[in-house]
Amino acid sequence: MDLLSRKATCNSHGQDSSYFLGWEEYEKNPYDVLKNPHGIIQMGLAENQLCFDLLESWLVQNPDAASFKRDGQSIFRELALFQDYHGLSSFKNALANFMSENRQNRVFFDSNNLVLTAGATSANETLMFCLANPGDAFLLPTPYYPGFDRDLKWRTGVEIVPIQCLSSNGFRITKHALEEAYEQAKKLNLNVKGVLITNPSNPLGTTTTQTELNILFEFISKNKNIHLVSDEIYSGTAFSSSEFISVMEILKNNQLENTDVFNRVHIVYSLSKDLGLPGFRVGAIYSNDKDVISAATKMSSFGLVSSQTQYLLSSLLSDKEFTKTYLRENQSRLKYRQRMLVTGLEAIGIGCLKSNAGLFCWVDMRHLLSSKTFEAEMDLWKKIVYEVKLNISPGSACHCEEPGWFRVCFANMSEETLKLALKRLKKFVDNGALTCSRKKTMTTISNWVFRLSFHDRDAEER
Amino acid sequence: MKQLSTKVTSNGHGQDSSYFLGWEEYEKNPYDEIKNPNGMIQMGLAENQLCFDLIESWLAKNPDAASLKRNGQSIFRELALFQDYHGMPEFKKAMAEFMEEIRGNRVTFDPKKIVLAAGSTSANETLMFCLAEPGDAFLLPTPYYPGFDRDLKWRTGAEIVPIHCSSSNGFQITEAALQQAYQQAHKLDLKVKGVLVTNPSNPLGTALTRRELNLLVDFITSKNIHLISDEIYSGTMFGFEQFISVMDVLKDKKLENTEVSKRVHVVYSLSKDLGLPGFRVGAIYSNDEMIVSAATKMSSFGLVSSQTQYLLSALLSDKKFTSQYLEENQKRLKSRQKQLVSGLESAGITCLRSNAGLFCWVDMRHLLDTNTFEAELDLWKKIVYNVKLNISPGSSCHCTEPGWFRVCFANMSEDTLDLALKRLKTFVESTDCGRMISRSSHERLKSLRKKTVSNWVFRVSWSDRVPDER
Repeated sequence: MDLLSRKATCNSHGQDSSYFLGWEEYEKNPYDVLKNPHGIIQMGLAENQLCFDLLESWLVQNPDAASFKRDGQSIFRELALFQDYHGLSSFKNALANFMSENRQNRVFFDSNNLVLTAGATSANETLMFCLANPGDAFLLPTPYYPGFDRDLKWRTGVEIVPIQCLSSNGFRITKHALEEAYEQAKKLNLNVKGVLITNPSNPLGTTTTQTELNILFEFISKNKNIHLVSDEIYSGTAFSSSEFISVMEILKNNQLENTDVFNRVHIVYSLSKDLGLPGFRVGAIYSNDKDVISAATKMSSFGLVSSQTQYLLSSLLSDKEFTKTYLRENQSRLKYRQRMLVTGLEAIGIGCLKSNAGLFCWVDMRHLLSSKTFEAEMDLWKKIVYEVKLNISPGSACHCEEPGWFRVCFANMSEETLKLALKRLKKFVDNGALTCSRKKTMTTISNWVFRLSFHDRDAEER
Repeated sequence: MKQLSTKVTSNGHGQDSSYFLGWEEYEKNPYDEIKNPNGMIQMGLAENQLCFDLIESWLAKNPDAASLKRNGQSIFRELALFQDYHGMPEFKKAMAEFMEEIRGNRVTFDPKKIVLAAGSTSANETLMFCLAEPGDAFLLPTPYYPGFDRDLKWRTGAEIVPIHCSSSNGFQITEAALQQAYQQAHKLDLKVKGVLVTNPSNPLGTALTRRELNLLVDFITSKNIHLISDEIYSGTMFGFEQFISVMDVLKDKKLENTEVSKRVHVVYSLSKDLGLPGFRVGAIYSNDEMIVSAATKMSSFGLVSSQTQYLLSALLSDKKFTSQYLEENQKRLKSRQKQLVSGLESAGITCLRSNAGLFCWVDMRHLLDTNTFEAELDLWKKIVYNVKLNISPGSSCHCTEPGWFRVCFANMSEDTLDLALKRLKTFVESTDCGRMISRSSHERLKSLRKKTVSNWVFRVSWSDRVPDER
């Protein structure tokens, strides 16, 4: 008899050791400016390490927030006991305001429509449990964050059907691709419950355009059973706030408040990227549908945010002077860092998709492939890991339809380290080392490579 | 037409407004010593508020832990970035040692076999996802924590089949009851994947006896199924007896490192022993590598905040603190339980003899006008509305006999407990030995009564109730 569930045992299948290699190599030989200057530089982790000084200085000026005190008085007991799944109202209010601020207050978020969760990982899974039954499908534009295969599908039984986006138009979502995905789902006998986009996009680093949003809204207006989930976890990383258009703005600008579309659009947020706090596990679901809010609130019991953390961050985000400075500084530093990566790559003859957000660039290395195949992409990736000693993410891991694209992160290291990484890459390209084709025998990469395969890798390296 | 999942839409079914009433009434009219002395006293919340002073004084002496510092140096960045689902090694080590200490260091816990979760709510659900397919069943002794109906079944699709325990033997688990539950599951065409016990028990307040534990281990061995022991209350044992963990039994029966030991799993949390439900700290402990591996990945959906892991790793690593805390906690709980038990006794009300937990399992069968759950509900409403005490009726815990109530004693001051007992005594004495109820008030209550209490009352029905009030 099966002693473990299929969910527990399917884990070990489909493990692709190739990708595991990159992470393993990094763990074995991590770069350190002093202790290991020839080690592997981690460029596969979408972390935002650029503004910790701002957070640290706020903490120094506001010691009560971390010390369980309010106006000098201990509120330890109150926090220790606080497990209400409605969340700390001061925190939800501050978070709702922060989200509005991120959108230059063009839209307003009501804290009553907010559900707190242990990170966006938990928020996305919870939304799937609320919106879809096992066997239903969500359409996702490719390339997408590899973690979605686990987060959206694993325990929920929901399927993902890709909306194929291509480099020919900058990987933009087209009406044709959307409809094709819908048809494909029908062919596979899957009931499409919604579309999920990440805006700004991971791994593209681009904000969703007005045109794309129009296409999506037209689609869900026509198909009355379909939801739209917009994961706006990178909203605060848009280099210019005016270029980021949230689905909330479409609802407002198109005056959809009294239509049924209003209840079928949901937003996911988190403080892991904008504030660089993935360790604190702060995520949120925002929805205008009362039933979704009610169910998601109860489900949040399975992943509540620590009251200790809620209190600290409610103080932080309630400080309007801080949030204003932070958002502006964050954008400016990210823009600067992206520029450094882009120009550095240009000097090597490597182009990127023109990006305006995110903690990474979507890098075009198609011209460095020995053949236009995913096998060649794997070869190139291995060379970059083992010889150039950079850990970057191959496009196939993100379900990209075209080989040769890589996601390269720029916000999780110092300027010097980034410069060094670019120097190393330049050296190899100049030496022609990356273009020589070496025949290597290896298994074809499955699309499910990041499924559950990494035993030892850190979670949530988006 | 918008469409939501069946998990959401089935939610609204089976909602029993009667129980909702008790909580609602408390929220509307909460007791406050100064501001609202005639308000409702909350005795339905299994919180441990007795030892906060110990933790607060430790925090005052060790400010670095909360201030995200190590040896005076800020480690904010390190913590802000730490999201490894393997958990903080120092924290897991401290947890493992704390769990050992609670068990008198008779057994060892390997930190590598610990999986952290956002509370035991998350731990229990995750274990279900790892051990059961939708439609599989776990056997649970009744009465049990109402939240299990949601935690074990809601999103997992697993089923619960009760192991009926009765007052005739102090609600202990018997071989006959186990076999009967197993057969019942088969009758319902459900594949039994395991047994889940809470030890010490909620709501009974009793630790499982060695006999029961041996019975359970023998049972799962013969049926080739799992045993989950939720030991969330392990640090609340205050009786003369020692707490016997399922891990003790495995050791004593020389079953360590056998196939059976791989099917025995422990769930733990700091919500009861340390009184920190807000911090969301739970854990799964398993000897099965595959389960540890799968559960670790699933913990992505409910990781413990690194800020909290750091604070508690510092707290629990302080052995002087932990030993003092555990001793003091037991002492205070014991004293408080005694206060409740003797207070009830003077009102002519007895309890199941308990040696653990934050509550007593109170016998009010003699106060029922009939031996029915309807009468239990009537009595409960009277206690809520007239006596102004919110206590938990046994039917909500799936007790098969009417008349039992869970009454908490560790979430209020001594004075408040005194007051609650005084009110109860007055009520019992006013109802003429608790037997006679005037016809007219009985009719009045009958009309107030909604439909018969379903077994799924605590499922997911309460829109506004505070979660995890075990």
